[in-house]
Amino acid sequence: MDRIPILRMGNFLLVTIQVDLYDRLALNLESDLVQMVSKTGARGVLIDISALSIVDSFMGRIIGNIGSMSKIMDAETVVVGMQPAVAITLIELGLELKGVSTALNVEKGMELLRSKIGSFEDFEEEEHDDHRPE
Amino acid sequence: MKVDISKLLQKKKKQILEQWMNNQLADESLREDLMSNDELRIQSEELLNALVTSVNNRNIDDAQSPDFDTTIEILSGISISRARQGYSPKETGIYVFSLKDAILQTLQEEIKTDPVTLYTVSFKVGKLIDSFGVTTFETFIKGREEVILRQTDEIAEISTPVIRVWDGILALPIIGTLDSARTQVVMENLLQQIVDSGSSIAILDISGVPAVDSLVAQHLIKTVSATRLMGAECIISGIRPEIAQTVVHLGIDLSNIVTKASLASALRYAFTMLQLEVRKTAKEKNSL
Repeated sequence: MDRIPILRMGNFLLVTIQVDLYDRLALNLESDLVQMVSKTGARGVLIDISALSIVDSFMGRIIGNIGSMSKIMDAETVVVGMQPAVAITLIELGLELKGVSTALNVEKGMELLRSKIGSFEDFEEEEHDDHRPE
Repeated sequence: MKVDISKLLQKKKKQILEQWMNNQLADESLREDLMSNDELRIQSEELLNALVTSVNNRNIDDAQSPDFDTTIEILSGISISRARQGYSPKETGIYVFSLKDAILQTLQEEIKTDPVTLYTVSFKVGKLIDSFGVTTFETFIKGREEVILRQTDEIAEISTPVIRVWDGILALPIIGTLDSARTQVVMENLLQQIVDSGSSIAILDISGVPAVDSLVAQHLIKTVSATRLMGAECIISGIRPEIAQTVVHLGIDLSNIVTKASLASALRYAFTMLQLEVRKTAKEKNSL
């Protein structure tokens, strides 16, 4: 079965959605992500949806759910790279994703996550995985 | 006596055309400034040809007959091109009706001997050309409407500029009434610009919006929410006292939205958010 990979980077989890989500995939992502948050004790989740061009109310709700679930488990969620069309669709559907923070791109999303969490605890892991141009 | 209208017209086509052209050239409403006489002749000949080839005793009573499709097509073309060239509808109408005069004059000469047939044929021809005249009016108006629609689109397009006031700050002055269609354009333009420029703050200036009702407010809230979903912050500026009054009276909750009185204060707020500072230099000049 198809799964969306969840990458661990320090105490953040990275999810990049590169394919169009269908319902089953989205549900799997939701449960996998919550499992991973609990297993790794991640403090932040970054979801990149820049490749997502079609969204429906179900998908919108799943994204909102992931945000709220992570929040309960003490991990901040940032959704980055939402396409204009997707944003308009979600607003027209009345889904404002209240609990979820958003950022324009991955770079700004990481910045936001860091400022939200404050200190960056697991520095060693970051040096191995991080390719940001900073 | 029965007259074959088709044959008669075919035979007398040249004569009718001459007659028609003479009528037109003699008419004082002739617009030589808009179309040369040669062009007019070509146009008229084309129309007459189409009419003469398609008309016969059977379909002369029925202007809707498919036989006349080509004729009507040519008529529409003439009508639309005349609308664009700046002819008045009256002039186009007179142009078509002058064809009737020319045909009737020719018929009169041909069927001198039989008043009854002359009357019947004239009546039918008259009716047919009248209905053609009405068609030209219809297409004329259609042509004008297309022009109006295009202009409306253009106005909608030019009235929603997205200005990059600073690195990372976009401003969007809205002038005129906001309706659903316009908000859609505004929203799409703004969101696209946010993506293209990577800006994190957008200022929506509504000082040019004459009135804010609940629908407009709803649209504004939608735009702000959509910007927020994209990961940018949206500030609404230019709220005039009257607008503040109506918004509160209507019970619209704008407390989740950052609102500023003027574009200047919105810009100042944006600078603070981006940790920028505006200050005077030693020479008392404004710079950053």
